[in-house]
Amino acid sequence: MDVITLKDCRKALIAALWFMFLTFPLLVIKVNTTENLVIWRWHNLLYVGVAAGSASLLTSIFRGLHDRKREQQRHQEKVIHISLTERFFSNPVVSRPVLAAGALFFLIFPLLFSTYQVNIMTTALMYVVLGLGLNIVVGVAGLLNLGYVAFYAVGAYTYALLNMHFGVGFWVALPLGGIMAALFGILLGFPVLRLRGDYLAIVTLGFGEIILLVLKNWAEFSQGPGGISNISRPGFFGMEMSMATTLNYQYYLTIAMVLLTIFVINRLQNSRIGRALFALREDEIACQAMGIDKTTIKLTAFALGATWAGLAGVLFAAKNAYVNPDSFTFLESAMILCIVVLGGMGSIVGVIIGALILILLPEYLRAFSDYRMLAFGALLVIMMVFRPQGIVANIRRSYHKKDSAP
Amino acid sequence: MSTEPILSVRGLTMEFGGIRALDKLDLQIYPGQIAALIGPNGAGKTTFFNCLTGIYMPTAGELHLSPPEQPGRRLNGLKPNQVTEAGLARTFQNIRLFPGMTVLENVMIGRHCRTKAKIFGAILRNPGTRKEEKETVDISMALLAKVGLADVADEFARNLPYGAQRRLEIARALATEPLLLLLDEPAAGMNPQETQNLTSLIRNIRDEGLSILLIEHDMKLVMSLSDYIFVVDYGRKIAEGTSEEVRINPVVIKAYLGEEVEYA
Ligand SMILES: Nc1ncnc2c1ncn2[C@@H]1O[C@H](COP(=O)(O)OP(=O)(O)OP(=O)(O)O)[C@@H](O)[C@H]1O
Ligand SMILES: [Mg+2]
Repeated sequence: MDVITLKDCRKALIAALWFMFLTFPLLVIKVNTTENLVIWRWHNLLYVGVAAGSASLLTSIFRGLHDRKREQQRHQEKVIHISLTERFFSNPVVSRPVLAAGALFFLIFPLLFSTYQVNIMTTALMYVVLGLGLNIVVGVAGLLNLGYVAFYAVGAYTYALLNMHFGVGFWVALPLGGIMAALFGILLGFPVLRLRGDYLAIVTLGFGEIILLVLKNWAEFSQGPGGISNISRPGFFGMEMSMATTLNYQYYLTIAMVLLTIFVINRLQNSRIGRALFALREDEIACQAMGIDKTTIKLTAFALGATWAGLAGVLFAAKNAYVNPDSFTFLESAMILCIVVLGGMGSIVGVIIGALILILLPEYLRAFSDYRMLAFGALLVIMMVFRPQGIVANIRRSYHKKDSAP
Repeated sequence: MSTEPILSVRGLTMEFGGIRALDKLDLQIYPGQIAALIGPNGAGKTTFFNCLTGIYMPTAGELHLSPPEQPGRRLNGLKPNQVTEAGLARTFQNIRLFPGMTVLENVMIGRHCRTKAKIFGAILRNPGTRKEEKETVDISMALLAKVGLADVADEFARNLPYGAQRRLEIARALATEPLLLLLDEPAAGMNPQETQNLTSLIRNIRDEGLSILLIEHDMKLVMSLSDYIFVVDYGRKIAEGTSEEVRINPVVIKAYLGEEVEYA
């Protein structure tokens, strides 16, 4: 078998032409409306053709090599296939120092980098919390929720409104935001109890839009599209802080939040409730036949997931001191879902890595910001083809051996 | 044999649109009995299990569970999880394990309805929760040992061979501490050696005080194991009795082998 066959070349050519055709209106034609001019950017067509062609060729080669490896493995005796990431995380001698180094890095991050970087990192960490929360619903319980950002909005507006009307501080609003979001989670949970898969996705999508529309249009309640400003920043025993200190403080606050999230979710996953959630995703009927109440466990999943979005929402409102409905569009839900899918459904470490990649990369690759969505799409498609389980596959823990770390 | 049946079913009827899958079925199972439900393909056996365990809502009929020395309970209208809590546990004809969970976790799920830990217990891991969790693991490991799967406890359930998956389903059902165990074709796809082991496993379970109702096509297994046999065809009970009685019943032979038997 050759590495490249004629068939591959033809496929690459077709792919190139097809992509050139598809992207033609977008990348080649540019209309200058002020001077009524059409600018033809033919060079772009060349780029697209070359890129699509070579991408197609590369996949073919990769596939070929992959298949060949498979073939070889099948001929050998039983090959136990354990991926690198799994080996890494199941071996404490290797993973402990790496994790420790990572922890240290995040701890001294504000000392090493500018406030601008700290700010970006804070945002990324907030997405870690959001990703971990959605991971409970989508990754663990297998309930596709496309309106997750609604709970984020509930948290943010809970703080914003309480602060505006009653001057409620951050620390009081934080648990309230979580609780409010959990209540909304249950509110959404009830009507969708019987739904699965696509139908569930559509209803949750609608739910997200409803919340967004309410926030936009019910001006007496939410101040409309203009949003709410001058929200108090989180306090620290009433201390006066400079701008830089505030940013650093928020950074550490978010770090604390991430740690809390990881701690809680890790414990939940390895518990009676966590196992029931996972069983729900695996087989709903068997799950019920084992004595698990489907209603309770689904509502639990929605409420648990929503709680973290609510907490992150309060944090978000406090960090920006300003909220408006534009921060809670469907795009945001899609982003968080990408984090979970890319990182690895059901895996805590995976979601953290996914969040950092998806939030930080666009920040540091601003030059390509126009192609951000294109790159996301491509990234997801590639992941689904070559590694559907995500960057870090979900590893089940061993319960009965004493040497296994929790 | 005790006088009071542990499970009594009266006039159970199940219709799917125009199809009557079960037709006024009556059936009693006594404590400590191994009963078998047999019948040709499509006779309605699995449908019977689904009605019993709350997966289907029967069109008509009375389902009653009366464990010895405990108040009786009507099973009609209970949700599947409530039926399991009441003491009925089942396996599935088309295996329904949790494939992405480990073998041990599969059995631990069975403990769900007999344990209590809530969200805050799980987060705080207070002594009560820890104790319960340890008990769950211990009981589950013991059950795995019983069905001969202890050494693969950490494998993914999907990686087990077929016969082992069936045994895992039994262990998982036992973890719910049932009074009556419902087995839907437990020997399907097993080789003779595995079937042999299964036979003694089922006997052991009965000897520990459970009642068992099994659906099975393997007649050798049914005849050697069952104290009492019910035969259904087209959703109707056509015969019942001990294995000797059923074996020679002309109606049963006709249902299984077709008309020509009469003239042979
Ligand atoms: N959900 C359903 N909807 C419509 N018809 C059904 C449904 N479930 C079962 N049936 C019908 O009921 C009849 C009995 O089916 P059932 O699965 O109970 O048979 P069975 O005795 O278990 O057969 P087998 O030995 O092949 O497992 C069949 O005709 C089947 O098509
Ligand atoms: Mg059947």
